[in-house]
Amino acid sequence: MPSSDAPLLEARGIARRYGRAAVLAGVDLTLGAGECLLVVGPNGTGKSTLLRILAGLARPDAGTVTLDGRPVAESRGRLGYLAHDTFLYDDLTVAENLTFAMRLQGCEVAGALDAVLARAELLSHRDRLVRHLSRGLAQRTALARALLHSPALVLLDEPYTGLDAASSTALTAFLLELRGAGVGVILVGHRPEEGWDAVTRVAVLARGGWVLEGSRPATVPEFEARAREVLVG
Amino acid sequence: MNDPLARARALLSVGGWITLVALLGAAAVVVLALQFTPTEASQGLAQKIFYLHPPAAWGAMLAFALCGIASIAFLFLGDLRLDRFAASSAEVGLAFSAVMLTTGPIWGKPIWGTWWDWDPRLTLTLLLFFLFLGYGALRNALHDPRERARYSAVVGIMALVLVPFIHLSVYLFRTIHPKPVVLRPDGPALPPEMLRTFLLSVAVFTLLYVGLVIMRYALGLARDHAESLAGGDHA
Amino acid sequence: MGDFVRIALALAAKDLRVEFRTRSTLLAAGIFAALVLVVFNFSRDPTAVPDAVIGPTALWVAVAFAAVVALNRGFTLERAHGAMDALRLAPAPRGALFLGKMGANLVFVLLVEGIAAPLAVLFFDLPLATAGWGLPLLLLLASVGLVAVGTLLSAMAVRTRFAELMLPVLLLPFLVPPLTAAAGASVRLFGGRPLSEVVGWLRFLAVYDLVFVTLGLLLFSAVIDE
Repeated sequence: MPSSDAPLLEARGIARRYGRAAVLAGVDLTLGAGECLLVVGPNGTGKSTLLRILAGLARPDAGTVTLDGRPVAESRGRLGYLAHDTFLYDDLTVAENLTFAMRLQGCEVAGALDAVLARAELLSHRDRLVRHLSRGLAQRTALARALLHSPALVLLDEPYTGLDAASSTALTAFLLELRGAGVGVILVGHRPEEGWDAVTRVAVLARGGWVLEGSRPATVPEFEARAREVLVG
Repeated sequence: MNDPLARARALLSVGGWITLVALLGAAAVVVLALQFTPTEASQGLAQKIFYLHPPAAWGAMLAFALCGIASIAFLFLGDLRLDRFAASSAEVGLAFSAVMLTTGPIWGKPIWGTWWDWDPRLTLTLLLFFLFLGYGALRNALHDPRERARYSAVVGIMALVLVPFIHLSVYLFRTIHPKPVVLRPDGPALPPEMLRTFLLSVAVFTLLYVGLVIMRYALGLARDHAESLAGGDHA
Repeated sequence: MGDFVRIALALAAKDLRVEFRTRSTLLAAGIFAALVLVVFNFSRDPTAVPDAVIGPTALWVAVAFAAVVALNRGFTLERAHGAMDALRLAPAPRGALFLGKMGANLVFVLLVEGIAAPLAVLFFDLPLATAGWGLPLLLLLASVGLVAVGTLLSAMAVRTRFAELMLPVLLLPFLVPPLTAAAGASVRLFGGRPLSEVVGWLRFLAVYDLVFVTLGLLLFSAVIDE
């Protein structure tokens, strides 16, 4: 994994087994501020596990993860994570969910809530119960919730799933914004064309480690061709 | 020995021999108790259960305490072997307390006239039995070995802390259990032959505990190995 | 320190807000408690078992069962939409998360007791004035212990397939000391004995509470973090 100057995120020797299968066998990863890494790979190869370990939700059997030099367990407030689950409570409104998240993160709620709602274009939905939201709106709320504490590192597991074209574009634009602000992003995805414009580096995870990694190729077909080569070989 | 199965077989063998010796010892205790120990005047033949019941209680307590201590150690050290030991100790403790819960009433009926009584010591044993049972049920219901080990340790520690409270609360009620005969401040109140048989029984049950735990540990080792071959949860 | 309390309060407030919007658990637990009391009344011979004896007993049994219903709710709520992960991701001391959950559970249990106790007094003609301040104090102390242990155990039970069954199995032995003390003390209080006579039991409950709340604060991290 090519290293960046003063890496934001550094993972060394990450290993994790399920039963006898070594899902991750000594994976290294570094990410610098403002970079956006896209991780793809066949299903069940440990992409989600890796992301969870990077987020501090799972403990690796071996290896360390540091954020700005400190162990990830001590850096919880500095990263944002979103996977398949929305982390939202169905019986609370959008505003109530976000307020709760802010309190958990130790953010000041007064005034900041409106800013968060505005940025996610959720002002008109603030008093609707999450239960009544469409998938797309719920996803937007979930994303707002995951990022409202302005984390330095953002980990997203298949965030484009279920988004319509407009929302997808908006998300990619948002990722570009984050990068511009010096935030590091790791995207786990199925389809490289989603978010391609915001991606700076790519990597393919298979057989317990990286089988391909480097800067982002110019086009998606180029990348897919190279990925196919290494996966079959 | 690197191969877990070979290690398991060796342990099973060692444990098996120890258990065999313990069982022979138990047979010796029974013979001693029936033939060579004087019969107690007031309680008669039924009193002989005294050589089985309190030593089994000792075994159950030992199992319980060691499970709790191993649980604490596991939370600090994270070594899964400690978890395996704790689980083995708990299962053996379950067996011992089951023995107690059956021998107690067998003794009780002729003496107290009733099969069951909420006597403090019997109640404590019943609750220990439930604690062991709950511990086992929880382990059975959890499939990730790491999670299972952590949760078992938490329950083991909670149970250990609970016991003094149970002890106190059951003593808030009247007891008809015989007063302690051996553990008294001014020394045992037993004639030497009875004391001898009793102490032998305690030693036998301790040995039985050790042998059974080793065997159970060996089985646990083999099963963990099989589970890891089959593959656990997937990413 | 301020953070700790603030997070605990936020978590408890969130739980309460969710519950009051649906009120489902409170109703279920309350009805359950009432049912237990009614069954107790009909399952004895009124001439042989006086009200003053069965009343307090029935109350504590009702409280215990209703508490289990309430406790299960606590972490089942967090299972939906992976909310538990969200709690783990927060830079919150794990003890604060425990306290928050415990606080919400305590409020629920106290509310259920608010339904069950008056009903018990009504059904069994219990002399409330005689019992005096001892009774609410007893209810509070017993509930804290119950909820402390229950919160810790339900956090684990919810990860198994039969959580509703697993929790009572794990919880039962832990209920014996507080229920024994509470039932014993309340029988005496309703029998007109002075508060000074049950102080021993109250102290016992207070120690139980202190010990298990502390244990919960210490062990919660082992339950929610990997």
